[in-house]
Amino acid sequence: MADSALQNIPSVYEPSLFGTYSKKIGMWLFLLSDTLTFGALLYAYSYGRISTGGWPTPFHSESIINATIMTAFLLTSSLTMVLAVRASVHRDAKMQTLWLLATMLCGTGFIVLHGREWSNLIAEGLSLPMFPKVPHHQVAAEFVNVSKTVPQFAATFFGLTGMHMLHVTLGVIYLGVVALRRKFIPILLVLWLVAWLGTPAYSPFHYGAHILLIAAIVCGIILWLKPKVYDSSDVEVAGLYWHFVDLVWMFIFPLVYLMSAKIL
Amino acid sequence: MATHDFAAQASHAHEAPQGFIRKWVFSLDHKVIGLQYYFLALAAVFVGMFLSLLMRIHLIWPGAALPILGEIKPETYLTLVTMHGTIMVFFVLTTAPQGGFGNYFLPIQIGAPDMAFPVLNMLSFWTTLLGFIVMIAAFFVAGGAPLHGWTGYAPLSALQSAGPGEGLGADLWIISIAIFCIGALMGALNFITTTLDMRAKGMTMMRMPLTVWAWFVTAILGLLAFGVLLSAGILLLMDRNLGTSFFVPLGTINGQLTGHKGGSPLLWQHLFWFFGHPEVYIAILPAMGMCSQLLSVFSRKPIFGYKAMVYAILAIGFLGFMVWGHHMFMSGMSPYTAFAFSVMTMAIGVPSAIKTFNWLGTLMRGKIRFSSPMLFAIGFVSLFVSGGISGPFLAQPVLDIPLHDTYFVPGHFHLIMGVASIFGIFAATYYWFPKMFGRMMNESMARWHFWFSLIGTYAIFMPMHYLGMAGMPRRYSQMTEVAYLHDLIPLQKFITYAAFITIAGQLIFLVNLFWSMFKGPKASDNPWEATTLEWITTTPPPHDNFGGHTPVVHNGPYEYSVPGAPRDYVMQNDPEIKPAH
Repeated sequence: MADSALQNIPSVYEPSLFGTYSKKIGMWLFLLSDTLTFGALLYAYSYGRISTGGWPTPFHSESIINATIMTAFLLTSSLTMVLAVRASVHRDAKMQTLWLLATMLCGTGFIVLHGREWSNLIAEGLSLPMFPKVPHHQVAAEFVNVSKTVPQFAATFFGLTGMHMLHVTLGVIYLGVVALRRKFIPILLVLWLVAWLGTPAYSPFHYGAHILLIAAIVCGIILWLKPKVYDSSDVEVAGLYWHFVDLVWMFIFPLVYLMSAKIL
Repeated sequence: MATHDFAAQASHAHEAPQGFIRKWVFSLDHKVIGLQYYFLALAAVFVGMFLSLLMRIHLIWPGAALPILGEIKPETYLTLVTMHGTIMVFFVLTTAPQGGFGNYFLPIQIGAPDMAFPVLNMLSFWTTLLGFIVMIAAFFVAGGAPLHGWTGYAPLSALQSAGPGEGLGADLWIISIAIFCIGALMGALNFITTTLDMRAKGMTMMRMPLTVWAWFVTAILGLLAFGVLLSAGILLLMDRNLGTSFFVPLGTINGQLTGHKGGSPLLWQHLFWFFGHPEVYIAILPAMGMCSQLLSVFSRKPIFGYKAMVYAILAIGFLGFMVWGHHMFMSGMSPYTAFAFSVMTMAIGVPSAIKTFNWLGTLMRGKIRFSSPMLFAIGFVSLFVSGGISGPFLAQPVLDIPLHDTYFVPGHFHLIMGVASIFGIFAATYYWFPKMFGRMMNESMARWHFWFSLIGTYAIFMPMHYLGMAGMPRRYSQMTEVAYLHDLIPLQKFITYAAFITIAGQLIFLVNLFWSMFKGPKASDNPWEATTLEWITTTPPPHDNFGGHTPVVHNGPYEYSVPGAPRDYVMQNDPEIKPAH
């Protein structure tokens, strides 16, 4: 096995097919599977868009600018992730943690901006039928019209970006566990309370916040079962996941936002 | 990686756990997890079988009042169809051969101390168990279990008001499938990584037993297919609970507008069958691998055409992703598309035939030992041919369209995907039981079980082909009242009686299994005189499989009757044999 091959220890195993260690292969396989998951969603989106006549293009400059800033956050986070991996290779524990925290911060910024964008759109009337109505808010006739005439638009928007937002959220938690291990679980619980109590009851994030609670429980179980020190390979593998989530956004941003911008 | 120390690798061979909970419940040992999967599948198969029995009773005595359950209503019949299919496909045919035997024997057969990711392995089982509990819970909620079939076709599955059971029951059904997908994905990437990364010295890819190849390719199929089903399930949940319209076109229920519009039921069918067809191979490939293994062991001959077998498995797996459209010929697809799917589907006949002829070639002029595992392996070949031969019929749109909604199709897929794969599981159980439990199973009970099962399943599923050709539609309840089908009632009765007898025969298996577990004669380390690595270790294997060392492999997996060898088999870790010429 390549774990030992990398350090010239005579191995009792056949050399790995890809000359790398198990965790990395496992992550690549997961990403392959996740590609198919997102592929199916993008297929559903294309199917809906092609089969629906008069697909609306309602996103005005405010949405596009916001999404561009979000994209900048994600791209920056990929850079800081690379720096975290480099620090881990140089065995610089302090910088590794700092760069990981910077990556998490960028990811959190992305989620917060995206959450705000969602809330604004829902308030303006781009909504799913079962989302609760936002009280005392002026709806924009155009978005209400879009939701009524082409229900596929809101459905694919919230489906695709929601699934991506879930992946970014899980990515931030993953990086948190790699960076801080057990110390991250109380932080995660605080984040859960903030997200749950800080959002109004009509917001989809009010109940969505419970994902953080579930994640805290699962992380607790995993750390209890395998309380080990994470090393540079864990940082590298987490980086693979993070870059993948970033890459998926590079498909979603043009397909969902730019192709539905108002100028078109 | 410089800091990636040796301890991380040694963590694969974790310390043997002490205490009941860590040893048998939250175990990281792939052998215990394999047994957990096996017993989960065993519980599920009896639930599924009970449901099928109720279906058979309802089909010939629609108004019968059953004890406790009362009369089976038509909608309840649809629920039975749905839950029988779902439980059997997911929690039996996917769980037992891959999660059960694959978990137990893949690491041992490649000489590894455990799976690559033991924690992930444990989580994968507990996720699957949670999925099963959620699935069973669907029976007990208001409205009962769903009635949209195991394929969950929209819009029936996408609307809360589409029928009884389409409320909370259908939500639980979808959530259970989604949970199962996540568990299956964790298992799949574990299997692939283990096979790629943890083979003992000398265990090259082309020295792997065909069982390992089958589990490996099955895992790849699972990795690629379950992700798509997960997406489809999420979209379906959104349609049901958030009011989106991915799968629901404009329409009414009982004169009321549904409030959905613009969606496409065909989108669901594409996404579902992109998963659904590979799923068929996920169920049958491990059985093919086990059958190949057993035919070689009990014929005392090398497998006929090892490389051809490997390439055939790969070809079947590859082609399996290109043929989902043949489940949708009825949907009004373009004849050109249908033609392409049809040609692709018939192309699968080529690797399948290669495998079949190689099995027959293995048997030819072998010194066959008719032990119970061998009987079931031969039974598998028989069922595989009988069930497979109707595949090329259904692969042609012209024949599929009249046959598709008749009993012909249940006859076809039960023989090949259901019973053939179950025979693989039985063969594997009889073969590996001594290694798993340290005792032999009772041979005469096994023989009774074999003849009950073989004759019984043929008696059940062969007549279904005739029913189908005679025009008996599937999925409907209470067809006894329909005049043009009146002459077919005796055949339906015959099938139900055959089902009673076959199910009674399965009780022999159950008794044998549990009786032998505690009272069977002690097994030696290698009772079948087989060559693969699980037979070099003690019975049952120690915690790290090989007692602290890793075997070194010098030979292929099927070296039987080697000229000049001291005995008629050469173990994989024996000194390398020189070619005769």
